[in-house]
Amino acid sequence: MELLRRFAEGDPEAFEALFRQYQGEVFRWIVRIVRNRAAAEDLTVETFWRLHRAHARFDPARGKWGAWLRRIATNVALDHLRKVRGEVPLLADPPDAPGAHREPGERAELRGQIFRAMESLSPRLRAVVLLALVEEEPYEEIAQALGISVGAVKVRVFRAVRILRKQLSEAGVHP
Amino acid sequence: MNEREREEIKRLLKEFVPAAGQTELGRDLWPTMLKRLEQQPIRMPWWDWALLAGVTVLFCLFPGMIPALLYHL
Repeated sequence: MELLRRFAEGDPEAFEALFRQYQGEVFRWIVRIVRNRAAAEDLTVETFWRLHRAHARFDPARGKWGAWLRRIATNVALDHLRKVRGEVPLLADPPDAPGAHREPGERAELRGQIFRAMESLSPRLRAVVLLALVEEEPYEEIAQALGISVGAVKVRVFRAVRILRKQLSEAGVHP
Repeated sequence: MNEREREEIKRLLKEFVPAAGQTELGRDLWPTMLKRLEQQPIRMPWWDWALLAGVTVLFCLFPGMIPALLYHL
């Protein structure tokens, strides 16, 4: 609490202490959304840059530090997805992937179709799909990070799954 | 959409999009942050520039406003 109070007052040492303490957590959260290590490192710095600029707006007595930090990190990640739409290295094919039983040609084709289907989602929907279905984050945490209700997260998952199913069905993939 | 459809999509995604949750930060980012803080430019928002430009134009067109404005300040 003392550290947060000093941060809110603009103490650079408090900012450094918070940075060192939370940089890993912010990075892990961002990489789940943008799925690119190098970009996630830059965006972690960008998150703390925005925090630094907004330090005076943080009230340690009322605000929840973790929620505030994650909200800013999520916004930074979403801004990035909007900028690089279509360039996100979303898919990987590790040798121990659960679907390694598929033929390489089949996997490559399916991968391409999933890539295109995911690309058709808006950054907001894509982030929700990645966090909820791939990373299996609790809906409460996703809601907090996006600044929306749990109900709204469920609606977004619903809409995203509908779009993905439609896109994949049109491509001849029936999950 | 029912639960089954959601689970089917989830299974397919998890097959091709590995979870990144355990990805660890490989290096300390503080030096990069420090560089960013040192490069902090003195930035004026665009609307401030627009306001300044508007006032300048106004003063050029109606110089009589300047003493009137100073009188009221």
